[in-house]
Amino acid sequence: MNLTFNDLFLLLPLIILTSSVVLVMISVGVRRNYIVAAGITGCGLLLAAIISVIMLPYTNQQVSPLLIIDQYSLFFTVVICFAAMFIAIFSFNYLADLDDQKEEYYLLLGIATIGSVVMVSTNHFAGVVLGLETLSMSLYGMIAYPVRSKESTNHSLEASIKYLVLSAAASALMLFGMALIYTQTGSLAFSSLTNIESVISDNYTIAALLLFSAGIFFKLSLAPFHIWTPDVYEGSPLPSATYLATVGKVAMFVVLLRFVEISHALSFESVVTVFSLIAIVSIMIGNLLALMQDNLKRILAYSSIAHMGYLLIAVIASFFANGTVSIEAVTFYLLAYITMTLGAFGVVSIVSTSRNELGGISDYQGLFWRAPWLAAVFTAMLLSLAGIPLTVGFIGKFYVFLAGVESNLWILLSVLIVGSGIGLYYYLRIVYRMLTPASKEEALVSPGMEDLSSQGVLAILFVLLIVLGVYPAPIMAIIETISVYI
Amino acid sequence: MILVSLIGLLFIGGVAAWISERFDPRYPRVVALVAMLLAMVLVLALLNSVTVGNQPLASINASWMPRFGISFFLAADGLSGLLLLLTVFLGIVAIGSAWDEITERSGFFYFNLLWTLAGVLGVFVALDLFLFFFFWEVMLIPMYFIIAIWGHESKNYAAMKFFIFTQVTGMLMLVAIIVLAYFHYNQFGVFSFNYYDLLNLETKGSLEIWIMLGFFVAFTTKLPSVPFHSWLPDAHSQAPTAGSVILAGVLLKTGAYGLIRFAVPLFPEASMDFAPVAMTLAAVSILYCAKVAFAQTDIKRLIAYTSVSHMGFVTLGVYAWNELALQGAVITMLAHGLSAAALFMLAGGLQHRIHTRNMEDMGGFWAKVPRMSAVALFFSIAALGMPGLGNFIGEFLALLGAFQSNVPLTVLSALGLIFAAVYSLWVIQKVFHGEYAGKNFDNRDFTDLNRREMAYFGAMIIGLLWMGIYPQSFLDLSAGALNDLLSNSENLVAIMGEN
Repeated sequence: MNLTFNDLFLLLPLIILTSSVVLVMISVGVRRNYIVAAGITGCGLLLAAIISVIMLPYTNQQVSPLLIIDQYSLFFTVVICFAAMFIAIFSFNYLADLDDQKEEYYLLLGIATIGSVVMVSTNHFAGVVLGLETLSMSLYGMIAYPVRSKESTNHSLEASIKYLVLSAAASALMLFGMALIYTQTGSLAFSSLTNIESVISDNYTIAALLLFSAGIFFKLSLAPFHIWTPDVYEGSPLPSATYLATVGKVAMFVVLLRFVEISHALSFESVVTVFSLIAIVSIMIGNLLALMQDNLKRILAYSSIAHMGYLLIAVIASFFANGTVSIEAVTFYLLAYITMTLGAFGVVSIVSTSRNELGGISDYQGLFWRAPWLAAVFTAMLLSLAGIPLTVGFIGKFYVFLAGVESNLWILLSVLIVGSGIGLYYYLRIVYRMLTPASKEEALVSPGMEDLSSQGVLAILFVLLIVLGVYPAPIMAIIETISVYI
Repeated sequence: MILVSLIGLLFIGGVAAWISERFDPRYPRVVALVAMLLAMVLVLALLNSVTVGNQPLASINASWMPRFGISFFLAADGLSGLLLLLTVFLGIVAIGSAWDEITERSGFFYFNLLWTLAGVLGVFVALDLFLFFFFWEVMLIPMYFIIAIWGHESKNYAAMKFFIFTQVTGMLMLVAIIVLAYFHYNQFGVFSFNYYDLLNLETKGSLEIWIMLGFFVAFTTKLPSVPFHSWLPDAHSQAPTAGSVILAGVLLKTGAYGLIRFAVPLFPEASMDFAPVAMTLAAVSILYCAKVAFAQTDIKRLIAYTSVSHMGFVTLGVYAWNELALQGAVITMLAHGLSAAALFMLAGGLQHRIHTRNMEDMGGFWAKVPRMSAVALFFSIAALGMPGLGNFIGEFLALLGAFQSNVPLTVLSALGLIFAAVYSLWVIQKVFHGEYAGKNFDNRDFTDLNRREMAYFGAMIIGLLWMGIYPQSFLDLSAGALNDLLSNSENLVAIMGEN
């Protein structure tokens, strides 16, 4: 299959991203300038997002066997580009005082974003591997970035190695699963599994599906593949942890959704059982272990485990239901998840720098009176993570409930209720800390707080959180349209 | 439109109060009071509006999330109207009680107070189940803040418990609501959360009892009723006075309102099957919590337990499901709203003056603060059900109605009236009579009620007398709405019987 000019046009977002990375590399080579490197990356991401928005209504085409550019993939391209841009803005202040070269960070961030965009636009196992490895390789670097810094307090090398080793093991599982599928069908497209009759042996197929899913679950940090998550989050510099928690997970989840929908993996009863167990265990473990943490990054790590569990419920529901409600549920929840997680990490980034990361809950004592605006945003993000109305998190949870009810998944729904109940406790604990007056009520000062662009991003996320929570009808309509393409 | 402006007024008033603190910390209370007084005018205008037949007093229906048939549907009938009146009245009283007590961060306090009340108003008028749930949860967060910031010694525990209890049971209700909407989808091919659409769903299948329980648990947690009541004594004893007033006066009533408006009418058959259980729980609440109240030394905890006990009469009346009993339940809601709020204000006023809630340290207050003691005597007697006051009418009607449907449980519940007399008079005797115990506490600021306090206690006394002497003016307002609910569920049961 030859690429035509038209195909190249469809790949425009990817091309823009790639060229911005190349540009950053050249500019760093010519003359190091932190602002230029960050600026090129940010503009590239913004441009790619805008182009994708323009293309969105008209596009639905397979470009090469590896990539499918449809409304669904473009929707997530937009989401990922904006999220990456926001992270780039947050990281600007955070890295400003790093005692090492800073420009290459944006190089890595750009490359990771290319990988993520490939992941959301593929329906082919080879595409998954390409995208995933591009993303992971850059993440190793992003996590270990301050390794030569003497001032940084992060255990970034430990985190990076941990992620590298376990991630490689997970990739190996995935590749083994793909190989088994290939032996069955002779093709690496997701759709090769649709026609189950062509499959030689059920047992092989189930093993293959589970191996491949296990690799995905590892990246999504679903229990019991979650062990790395809190350590890696805690050890990474904040922007890298943010990237891992938001863009990394969302891209991986879209792969899971496409894979499950196209391959009908859930038509095997044992696969459904495994998925359900993993959802239950993730929700319980994530919420219960978060109760015992005093470090914000660790709390957010455990809470992300639980949120991935909630999402998995909607994925399971999608198999039993006729309509697209559960796919819409996954889509909306991913959008909600990325908004609130970015916001929560964003607040922490704004008050932190690479030399002084405010990670403990106690650092936020009395924040309501020391920095009211920041505290209000943080509270909104946490309440949204807890699924309280007026926020996007509530609409997300509503969608998941709807999907679960439609497919009669009563056990999973009761676990979801119990899990969210436990979750309330640790989110409110942080909120309560912010309300408790500190011994000395001095205003909180950090370079990030004076930076208008970071504050602006936070304001955008806050507005998005409320608007999507109060009047989600327009975005619901968009999601309903694009969900047909899965 | 009047409903939207009513709720919007409180939301905006809250924000304005918060902002006004920048100029002077005394402004927020004035802004809040003005907003509440305006709201009062709107509610009175609403109650006086003329309607034809069974039309609601006011309504608005706009599309909100068309994908799932969710609309912004507000409507007020006589029942809602009465509860709106109670809410706004107690809102004004609560601002009065916080006037001197809340000095720190007053802007944020009045913001939370008004937002809680806005949520409560929304609950009373929402006729789209999603919207109802939305308001149901919206009132929780500001209430959490009120307890967690301005509360007393173990406020964190109390606020957390309050929030988790109500939120988790709320989620059960959300699932139940979604299942209902999904039934509508199965029957008609579209989702709908509209109350009237769901009211007329004929078959709800074997799941009906479970969905009904989802609503029941959420409402009886808020009410509260045994076995979901344990959050209430903690929340009350830790909340600041205005918080207690709102909690006891209006937040609990949302649970009762939910039972009357949603839990029973949506599932008439399952509810009738379930009625013996619900009425047993009510009787247990009445007797058990009266007994527990008697064992308390913390005066706020005592009043909290008596609240649970009195709200048992509401559950009893609702599940008897006839006109007398329902009227009794509604009057009990209104009268208890006033009397419990007044008692909490007295307890809060005492705590503000002498910095203790422990009754062991109190005694002989009549000599020192005669006006306060007289007011306390009045409200205690009202709470124990003295004829001529609102509580008597409510509990009497509720018992009378319940007698028609379940004699043994009604007889048992009636014993609650005796217990109420015992603990009420015991408190009066302990705290206000006997030897003056001035050495047990810090009595430097121990002053009698001032004019402002007399004014709002006076207003509440008039309200209770009105309800007690001429209850007809309230009964007339709610009769139409209650009769609609009754006849609708009769029809439904009849139709289901035929099938």
